Amino acid sequence: MNFLPLWRYQNQLIDGAIVTLELTVISALAGLVIGIAGAVALKGRITTLRWLVRGYIELFRNTPSLIQIFIVFFVLPNFGLKLPAFEAAAVALSLYFGAYSVEIIRAGLDSIPRSQVEAGQCLGLSGWQVFRHIILPPALRNAYPAVTSQFVLLLLGTSLASQVAADELFHVAGFIESRTYRSFEVYAVICAVYFAMAMSFKALFAIIGMTAFRWPRRR
Amino acid sequence: MRSFSLIDFVSLFTALRWTVALVVLALAFGAPLALGLAAGRISRFAGLRWAMAACIQVIQSVPLLGLLFFFYFGMPVFLGIQVPALVAVTVAYTLYTAAFLGEIWRGGLEAVKQAQWEAGACLGLSAWQQFRHIIAPQALRLSLPPTVGFLVQLIKGTSLASILGFVELARAGQVVSAATFQPLLTYALVAAIYFALCLPLTLWSRSLEARLDGSR
Repeated sequence: MNFLPLWRYQNQLIDGAIVTLELTVISALAGLVIGIAGAVALKGRITTLRWLVRGYIELFRNTPSLIQIFIVFFVLPNFGLKLPAFEAAAVALSLYFGAYSVEIIRAGLDSIPRSQVEAGQCLGLSGWQVFRHIILPPALRNAYPAVTSQFVLLLLGTSLASQVAADELFHVAGFIESRTYRSFEVYAVICAVYFAMAMSFKALFAIIGMTAFRWPRRR
Repeated sequence: MRSFSLIDFVSLFTALRWTVALVVLALAFGAPLALGLAAGRISRFAGLRWAMAACIQVIQSVPLLGLLFFFYFGMPVFLGIQVPALVAVTVAYTLYTAAFLGEIWRGGLEAVKQAQWEAGACLGLSAWQQFRHIIAPQALRLSLPPTVGFLVQLIKGTSLASILGFVELARAGQVVSAATFQPLLTYALVAAIYFALCLPLTLWSRSLEARLDGSR
């Protein structure tokens, strides 16, 4: 075991980690937009749209992310849409994250008992006011833990983008490995970097959760 | 370059053997370990609880791809001998399964109220009897839907073994796609096979969840 040869590749590692973070944040934001739109569509009255969203969710939740990335990267060029690796991975991961967020956000909205909505209406609140003051705060609070843990899974899942040569952290690992031949050491370091990033996000989300939603501390 | 033929179709289906084999191996070794982790997480000894929690945190905070590579290249380093790639991959999937199932089952165990243990104790049951006859059946019922849900994650996760050269479904797809230059048809087919494997499990998990909720 010899970690010394890796030392001079720290800049590449930092660059890779930054690309990983970019990919995660971009996919998460796009995925959340899809999630909110999808949840609204699922609650809506248009049956065809509901079926389309259902089909999208099932399709993306029941096939591997890796295959989805391959399809975007290798198949779309057949239709004249050739995306670079990073963009292709971002599209695939956004759709993947989106499929999970729809269900999480819908469950968050559904967690509010109907009687509370009716109580709000009895007080003479408008539809928007009911949504803004009665449904949204507890729905956000209920959806928050699931969204954040899905975010961490997304962070770890971006490693799959290396398979279409997007130059994120895991791809950097392959590059360093090919230069140093220290395979085990490289992947040990990479795992440690992912671990550090994931734990930082978990801690950050816990703090945000405690301050924003005044969560009681665990016993 | 050749056209997509029956042989390609057959090769995709035969590659399913490895997908299934990896799932079976991961469950066979991972599930007992998960039970141990879950038991450790609710044990009376704080040290044990912390140690188990730390193990689970580490495994859950590293990409599955990272785990696979870590053990693939690490097993010879740890053991000082060359081991078959299958052993290394099995270790990685086992730990992955153990960490996630361990947390799911711990959730199930903790969801059963403390008073149930006490009621068992009042009836003069030993700790093992309380667990065996009162807690475990209820915990099992509660954790069955997420356990089935995790199975879907595991099936999808076996696609990563392709990167280490296992010719399972995803890898067979890459090979066929490269040989026929038909990525659209090939990957659509691969996705359809995964979908056909996972959708029934997802639907089952959801119906279990609904049934559980209705009985409350």
